[in-house]
Amino acid sequence: MTRPASALPITLAALALLASAATAQDAEKPDNITAASNENGRYLTADGVPTYNVAPDGTIDWLTYSGFRRYHSECHVCHGPEGEGSSYAPALKTSAITMDYYDFVDVVTNGRKKVNAAENSVMPAFGQNANVMCYLDDIYVYLKARGTDAVPRGRPAKKEAKHEAIRQAEADCLGH
Amino acid sequence: MKRLLTLFAVLSMGGAQLAYANPELQKIIDDPNQWAIQTGDYANQRYSKLDQINKDNVGKMQVAWTFSTGVLRGHEGSPLVIGDMMYVHAPFPNTVFALDLSKEGQIVWKYEPKQDADVIPVMCCDTVNRGVAYADGKIFLHQADTTVVALDAKTGKVVWSVKNGDPKKGETNTATVLPVKDKVIVGISGGEFGVRGSVTAYSIADGKLLWRGYSMGPDSDTLIDPEKTTHLGKPVGADSGLNTWEGDQWKIGGGTTWGWYSYDAEENLIYYGSGNPSTWNPSQRPGDNRWSMTIFARDADTGVAKWLYQMTPHDEWDYDGINEMILTEQEMDGKARKLLTHFDRNGFGYTLDRVTGELLVAEKYDPVVNWATEVVMDPKSEQYGRPQVVAQYSTEQNGEDVNSTGICPAALGTKDQQPAAYSPKTELFYVPTNHVCMDYEPFRVSYTAGQPYVGATLSMYPPEGSHGGMGNFIAWDNKEGKIKWSLPEKFSVWSGALATAGDVVFYGTLEGYLKAVDSNTGKELYRFKTPSGIIGNVMTYTHGGKQYVAVLSGVGGWAGIGLAAGLTNPTEGLGAVGGYAALSDYTALGGTLTVFSLPN
Repeated sequence: MTRPASALPITLAALALLASAATAQDAEKPDNITAASNENGRYLTADGVPTYNVAPDGTIDWLTYSGFRRYHSECHVCHGPEGEGSSYAPALKTSAITMDYYDFVDVVTNGRKKVNAAENSVMPAFGQNANVMCYLDDIYVYLKARGTDAVPRGRPAKKEAKHEAIRQAEADCLGH
Repeated sequence: MKRLLTLFAVLSMGGAQLAYANPELQKIIDDPNQWAIQTGDYANQRYSKLDQINKDNVGKMQVAWTFSTGVLRGHEGSPLVIGDMMYVHAPFPNTVFALDLSKEGQIVWKYEPKQDADVIPVMCCDTVNRGVAYADGKIFLHQADTTVVALDAKTGKVVWSVKNGDPKKGETNTATVLPVKDKVIVGISGGEFGVRGSVTAYSIADGKLLWRGYSMGPDSDTLIDPEKTTHLGKPVGADSGLNTWEGDQWKIGGGTTWGWYSYDAEENLIYYGSGNPSTWNPSQRPGDNRWSMTIFARDADTGVAKWLYQMTPHDEWDYDGINEMILTEQEMDGKARKLLTHFDRNGFGYTLDRVTGELLVAEKYDPVVNWATEVVMDPKSEQYGRPQVVAQYSTEQNGEDVNSTGICPAALGTKDQQPAAYSPKTELFYVPTNHVCMDYEPFRVSYTAGQPYVGATLSMYPPEGSHGGMGNFIAWDNKEGKIKWSLPEKFSVWSGALATAGDVVFYGTLEGYLKAVDSNTGKELYRFKTPSGIIGNVMTYTHGGKQYVAVLSGVGGWAGIGLAAGLTNPTEGLGAVGGYAALSDYTALGGTLTVFSLPN
């Protein structure tokens, strides 16, 4: 229940930096899905955007598995199981494909409102929520894997071990 | 003879109620031509004495008129009818319309509160609202942002308004209120945000706070008397709402009160249940977590608890105890008894003596329920009243970061808030149910005020080897604890039922059908597909001497989240077939009231 106040702002500052870098990269549209590198268990596209990885034997990367868990704790009560959408909230498995990573991060961090005669749709700001912010990349890559159907509905079967660097980053973010 | 005795008991108790309750409101509640509170009556029976529409002619029923609320999201609750006026409510922004039935439903007034849209995402499971209530010339609306407002029933003008909670801390509202005597009884939502649940009584006249009882905390907060308040016949002792928690967890302990309220005027007791303890990760809150998951009987004037019964100590599955308490007078073992019947999310149907809190029956009302083998009924046992948890399905015993599979029912319960009906003619309860199981994996979460505080991953799916659908509509005998008949449904039945003296039971389905069935046999007599899925409750009234049946359609709520895209198929690839259907293939959003009658 208690958490040192220091950890989260550092993460947020890093995200803000990433967000400001986004506009420069919008000019060309490279492959936003395929993993080009693996940095300590985190898979990145050629552009350095987080993505999932599925090995030939079906083993998925740790972050995608972790994203499955975190999504169903933090997001699914509005957005439905496995990013499929609900009667009132959009299918995030689609958003993760159609939205730019940095826009995705911005909406989760700062929220978004569409309130008018036809819609009462409000995404809350999760910027202060460690249970979301410390796992934002996890949730993002999981939804991307759902959006391309690289990972089917339900609980992922085989997963990579949790890399020590991921464990350390998680502990730092949560302030444990 | 048995029927006669029961009838006599009902009549004599009805007479006693007139003497104690709010006399004007009691008179309207007793008049089957009107519908003054969401539950139909204080007993929550949802039974109407009207019989113009009956099992012989209901097949000829037609749509008389319709009305759009102009709101898209999930429509729970039902309209009210007071004299010539009908009151229709909507989910957020919580619009209320007063329609003049003598002028073909002309809008007399419309009330639309200004609410901060930031409340929308703080509501756990859609922006539903289970309706307004009437008393003393006022319409009471409990808004999403926890503002309780009293409107002049004739003009829609605000008489008074009071804030019951703070949405910034995750406190919201979805429930209706219950007017009792000179008070209006009000609950609170937010169990998934670490809100500590409470029930509050406000003065009907001016909105003054008269008492508030919390679900957990010191006795001064819970209004529990350590010597006089009992749990299964024994005094609970000092600070029972504190000493079954570790540290300060009780301060964010949940036990919210978003369900239905009933009232026994003779005993002067209000009855309701409290919700899940926070978080959903049981390892973060060792102990029984009293008094979450508990049936409360509180004195209407003081709020002091007379008796309590905790159904699911130390919840490990999100089996909120908030479902309605249905009060009946029935003969049991040769004795006339005042009973309370409750269909809990945990899959057990409970029958208690509502005067003493004695546990009489606790049986599964869906045979697939597997998380517990039984509830111990022997008062001499140390385990008396406790469910016997099956280790395999215990998310606590399996531990954090372990996925417990095949637990029945799922977190949405064998039944959620969708209220059952009771017919004194058949002595049967008509219960809308869910037929869904789950995998549940708890893990550690940290608390931030106003942010979700869940801590578990869930997958839901229909039970293996069942009819393939995700719901049943059942008739239940509360004395034997047995299902009399069961109608399979493709989706969870998420609509409140209505039983009538015409030997008909009405309910709605998520595809949007209003169905009428024979109250004795369950035989379907009528169905009509309304514009959207039904999660509202069926009600009935008369106008100009003619009986009408009305229901709100407008899919959403928990059902709209879990079922919109269809549930997970855990045995995919193993050749499983059946109803893993997506609700979005059957219905779309939109709030409409549909009113039915017989042709002239």
